[in-house]
Amino acid sequence: MKPFNKVEFSFPSNSVNEGFARAAVSAFLSQLDPTVADLTDLKTAVSEAVTNAIVHGYRDKIGFVYISVKLFENGKAVVRVRDKGCGIPNIEEAMEPLFTTGGEERAGLGFAVMQSFCDCVRVTSAVGRGTAVTLTKYFEARE
Amino acid sequence: MSVQLLYKDGVLTAKMNGEIDHHAAREIREAIDSTSQRVKPYCLRLDFSAVPFMDSSGIGLILGRVRLYQFWKGHVVLCGLSSNLNKMVELSGIASVAAIERRAG
Ligand SMILES: Nc1ncnc2c1ncn2[C@@H]1O[C@H](COP(=O)(O)OP(=O)(O)O)[C@@H](O)[C@H]1O
Ligand SMILES: [Mg+2]
Repeated sequence: MKPFNKVEFSFPSNSVNEGFARAAVSAFLSQLDPTVADLTDLKTAVSEAVTNAIVHGYRDKIGFVYISVKLFENGKAVVRVRDKGCGIPNIEEAMEPLFTTGGEERAGLGFAVMQSFCDCVRVTSAVGRGTAVTLTKYFEARE
Repeated sequence: MSVQLLYKDGVLTAKMNGEIDHHAAREIREAIDSTSQRVKPYCLRLDFSAVPFMDSSGIGLILGRVRLYQFWKGHVVLCGLSSNLNKMVELSGIASVAAIERRAG
């Protein structure tokens, strides 16, 4: 199936852009007429993925974060968050709840949140090349 | 994001206003920690009633303050959690290290 609408944008990995990124995605998703709860879930998952790109992917430099959002007629939304940062050496380990390389102030719960707030989370990564996280969520048709 | 701090009878209340993400967490942390380390309150009350959104950076923020307060045997209380913040709090299991104050109704 082809998406009926899509958007792509990118921005430098300054943490001040975290709020912009999730708000922009959220505004676009409203075309699917989601419930507030469903929309907040995906918005939160996007915030996690974007934060990871900024905090971990581009740990000690500024690089671009690329986002694409695709909307499908059956209520499916697919959000892809990509960075060209350091990559993840062991994806399985990284996705385990509480695992973090981020130090004291990180909870290690980003992937756990993405998984519990989305229907599907796919991660591909190559060390030195970057990481892509694909979040899929089905929005129920509203009454 | 803005943080309002109020100290009374050994309790420091931090009322946060705005969305809590990794970017905002830094500012909140700096505000709370500088006052906490000076005054060493026995209790930190984190008031989320004016926080419409929080991701797992907020959980990291809470955990970090729980750790800090343990240095002088103080504790942390969370209040004003909306249903969507509550979802995050529940997923994190943070209730085992911080008390949660709930209002009836
Ligand atoms: N985009 C990324 N680039 C490099 N490493 C990442 C990326 N996303 C996640 N990671 C790794 O996975 C770990 C777990 O991520 P997460 O579950 O979000 O927890 P946290 O962000 O609190 O560390 C991170 O600490 C980091 O080591
Ligand atoms: Mg994270």
